[in-house]
Amino acid sequence: MEISMTLNGRKIKASIEPNTLLIDFVRAQKCFSVKRGCETTNCGLCTVILDGKPVLSCSILAARCNGKTVETLEGLQEEVAPFTKFLAEQGADQCGFCNPGYIVNFAALLRENPDPTDEEIDFYLSGNLCRCTGFESQRRAFRNYLNYKKEQEGAK
Amino acid sequence: MNEEQKKIVAGYKTVGKSFPKKVSSQLLSGQPVFTDDITPSDCLVVKLVRSPYAHALVTEIDTKVAMRIPGVVAIYTYKDVPQKRFTHAGQTFAELSPQDRLLIDQRVRFVGDVVAIVAGETEEAVDRAIKMVKVKYEVLEPVLDFRAAKDNDVIIHPEDNWQALVPVGADNKRNLVAHAEDTHGDVDGIMDDCDVVLKHSYHVRPANQAMMETFRTYTEIDRYGRLHVISSTQIVYHCRRIIANALDIPKSKVRVEKPRIGGGFGAKQTVVTEVYPAFVTWKTKRPAKMIYSRYESMIAATPRHEMEVTIKIGAMNDGTIRALDMYTLSNSGAYGEHGPTTVGLSGHKSLPIYTANCEAHRFDYDVVYTNVQAAGAYRGYGATQGVFALECIVNELAYKLDMDPMELRMKNIVREGMTMPAYDNEVANACALDECIMRCSKEFDWENKKNPVDLGNGKIRAAGMALAMQGSCISNVDVGSCTIKLGDEGTFNMLIAAADMGTGCDTILAQMAAEILDCELDDISVFGADTDASPYDSGSYASSTTYITGMATKKAAQSLRTNMIKIAAEMLNKPVEELEYNGDGVYAKDGSGFVSRYDIATKSMCNNTIPATVTASHSSPVSPPPWMAAMVEIELDKETGEVEILDYHAVVDCGIPVNPALARVQAEGGITQGIGMALTENITYNKKGRILENSLMNYKIPSRLDNGRLNIEFERSYEPTGPFGVKSIGEIVINTPAPALVSAIAKATGVWHRDLPVTPQKILLNMDYE
Ligand code: FES
Ligand code: FES
Repeated sequence: MEISMTLNGRKIKASIEPNTLLIDFVRAQKCFSVKRGCETTNCGLCTVILDGKPVLSCSILAARCNGKTVETLEGLQEEVAPFTKFLAEQGADQCGFCNPGYIVNFAALLRENPDPTDEEIDFYLSGNLCRCTGFESQRRAFRNYLNYKKEQEGAK
Repeated sequence: MNEEQKKIVAGYKTVGKSFPKKVSSQLLSGQPVFTDDITPSDCLVVKLVRSPYAHALVTEIDTKVAMRIPGVVAIYTYKDVPQKRFTHAGQTFAELSPQDRLLIDQRVRFVGDVVAIVAGETEEAVDRAIKMVKVKYEVLEPVLDFRAAKDNDVIIHPEDNWQALVPVGADNKRNLVAHAEDTHGDVDGIMDDCDVVLKHSYHVRPANQAMMETFRTYTEIDRYGRLHVISSTQIVYHCRRIIANALDIPKSKVRVEKPRIGGGFGAKQTVVTEVYPAFVTWKTKRPAKMIYSRYESMIAATPRHEMEVTIKIGAMNDGTIRALDMYTLSNSGAYGEHGPTTVGLSGHKSLPIYTANCEAHRFDYDVVYTNVQAAGAYRGYGATQGVFALECIVNELAYKLDMDPMELRMKNIVREGMTMPAYDNEVANACALDECIMRCSKEFDWENKKNPVDLGNGKIRAAGMALAMQGSCISNVDVGSCTIKLGDEGTFNMLIAAADMGTGCDTILAQMAAEILDCELDDISVFGADTDASPYDSGSYASSTTYITGMATKKAAQSLRTNMIKIAAEMLNKPVEELEYNGDGVYAKDGSGFVSRYDIATKSMCNNTIPATVTASHSSPVSPPPWMAAMVEIELDKETGEVEILDYHAVVDCGIPVNPALARVQAEGGITQGIGMALTENITYNKKGRILENSLMNYKIPSRLDNGRLNIEFERSYEPTGPFGVKSIGEIVINTPAPALVSAIAKATGVWHRDLPVTPQKILLNMDYE
């Protein structure tokens, strides 16, 4: 079947199988940042933004995204750059395999709530697993970023 | 550290400082750097037909119908594969693990064992074909209880070509993968003389590494006709040898490369996927790929060895620990990977913690085959299981003696300068364990938290503690190497075969090179790892990369520095004695001349015979232990049995942390994995031997809501045999959570749990309501 969608700001048309999952579709479109870590919707590695809302691309059919807007980390580079620096500083990237999922989800959180508390961040990202870091470095990085942002805004 | 050592360390410019990882911007912007991202997708899809039985013989296998499915290219059965046995364990030759595998065996030994390899052009075709392969089995009785495996009537590896290359006490006719007995001193006599003797058994299950990137491998024939393997592996060189063994082809025909690795934790120190697409490609000459599902990673991979560690401790009423007696029963599962070696660590990397007053110790073990998924290497590698048992019984001893467990430890721990009889008589050259304990107790506020408090709302607060050790390499075995070349414009290329699986070794090794070459970290580009390009390295395991490959890196950088002076000597027309290197280049001490790194690099490419590329290797006769102390505070809900972690403090002596930010994340990650192992990560089987926790839905690894707040500090010591005073950090950090949490739970409930994980159900069922 034919579908069309806006993927990372670009209008695309493609022919797909009815059972193609969104994760496989976007990877076939060379959005390799989107990763698969499970078959049971538990890891959050595959998080993308669908019409403004974070979703698990492993549990959505590409066909359901017909006419919709999909954003992956490839399309969010400018939006995330201000805070990924802080992740690098903490060494929170580690193996990196889980990074795109939680970075996309954090970007989605910031759109809803530009100044989340640590608890709100933990809660929002609780579906994004990471086996390497123990999460603390991510927490420190997000806090440092949010503090920095406030300082910057205060200075204005 | 003594004053002189402190001065040396204070002088470091790059080592001991936190830098972002070399690959940060690539990882954080989601670039395609992992195996499945960088390899073509229009290759053959390879999957396996797996056994539904724990123990059976394939009596008939019919692939004709399956082969007729459009897109199916090849199906291989036990009739098609080489008949020489080999091991999947990534270890230095001659492997201590038995040679007990075939690519496909007629006898299947666990639920999930391979029955056939299927390759096809699409996943759909392969999935259909798997269902259409018709297999008849003669179902055999399985051995599912590892306590009944030794000398069982059912023999799991009866085959005549089974082989142990090294005498490790293995005997396939007795289901034995390894056996040893080792006694120092009059253990029984001293036990008799002790005021208190405790003896208990502690059970650790086959926890899964659960790295986020599952196993995956791509294979193709390269332009020279050789087999080119791109795989997510910690061990490119061992992998190359194992693939050649499995296919029975010369090693020179195989090239193995690793891109970025999405986590390993030891799982990728064993060959899991590599041999199957390799076989398909070698046979069909077509590119092939195998991507393990999470399900496969849970049921047919290489988890921790299940162990039951029985430990007896003899002490005096004043807390003097005089004798330790340990027996470990280890379950290797269907195959023997890492069986003979992991078990050794359960004793050798736990008992030395209590060296001070220990007059005698015994350490015996059996490692057995059973009909469950084969075990392998997982962070901690047996030390985790041993430390769990030892630290639990020391906490129980403190309880029995009515002593503060911290005081009990301060009385008995190993101190710097002591010879450790339970550690091959190595000397603890660098040991800040006492400082770790003191600092941990101060920052945690042990004095005020050590006694449990009933909060009156159905919840109890309680605290527990534990110590840990590990090694820094496999002494007299591991080889690390590093090549550094001076490139255009005076920058450097560093080539290694150690594998950065998230651990940060690309970065910390470059920091070491930069320290010697006196340059910016950005002046060093890192490449790794590829068996055709990188110098030989055993690979990244046994906590050895920082300590062993680090020393090779230091040596390589030093000799390149020397060679740069030699090249400069020709340019400046001066003897080398009159020259000095200062990072920017080489200058004459009398001020009469200077050539920059850029100039030396340019000269090295024109009319030059002095190598501007050098390689150095290193091995070590010793394996200096890192040490650590940890304390945890929990809140236990008496109604639900739920344990909430409030606060986890750990102080680690890893020598000199090369990159404190990365070392801290290692510690936080390891502790969190340890918390999972202690509280939620369960593995159980049904009656037929099928694993029930086969997805991330029911195998519960900690999320960010589950691990409380972690506070990590470092107590520095200076290890004279390590580069820049370093030891290791990667593995030790998983060892403390289980014993610390068990003792906190005991304080809260009065019950000592000796079987992991301590789930809310177990806590409720055993709650001591008095
Ligand atoms: S792949 Fe695990 S949640 Fe989507
Ligand atoms: S960084 Fe490896 S899984 Fe998160």
